[in-house]
Amino acid sequence: MTGVGAIAVTLTLALGLSLYRVLAGPTIFDRLTGIALIGTKSIILLLLFGVLTDRVDVFIDIALAYAVISFVGIVAIAKYFETPEELP
Amino acid sequence: MREAIALGLLSGGLFFVLAGVIGVLRLPDFYTRLHATSKCDTLGLALMVAGVALLTPASLVTVKILAVAVLVALVNATAAHALGRAAHRSGLTPWRVGDRRRR
Repeated sequence: MTGVGAIAVTLTLALGLSLYRVLAGPTIFDRLTGIALIGTKSIILLLLFGVLTDRVDVFIDIALAYAVISFVGIVAIAKYFETPEELP
Repeated sequence: MREAIALGLLSGGLFFVLAGVIGVLRLPDFYTRLHATSKCDTLGLALMVAGVALLTPASLVTVKILAVAVLVALVNATAAHALGRAAHRSGLTPWRVGDRRRR
């Protein structure tokens, strides 16, 4: 189980690094890429927490819901910024 | 044995996820970053989810875990396509050799 813990810690560091793209991305699409990256990492982290605490049956439902919500959010924001005049 | 295979899958997935993060941080513009993240993240998540599925006792939960992998494989590709299309339509031009790096 220590191996799983070490992998979870490394993944958390990677999540923090992808936050840089959200904060510094020059366009809104760079920021959305960073958000998508954080979303997939959060899904993996939820499953790893489930393994570490022995309650995967609870965390898997949260992960499924999070995957759907993150997808809908990204597609909605991308659609909103699709027309040229709305670019900052 | 089962745990060793699971740890191997988790480590392999972690490698791909880290490669995706490095690509997003280092590549010069939005389209190249999208290219790095969408593929690396999908494969990395599929490998790591397979590792998690091996670590849990086989039951209905295992089916749900694999459903996450299938769902994210579909969803990541669709989201990357939507983002690329939106950027293209909004007039963002791709980076070319010799251009300045876009932050």
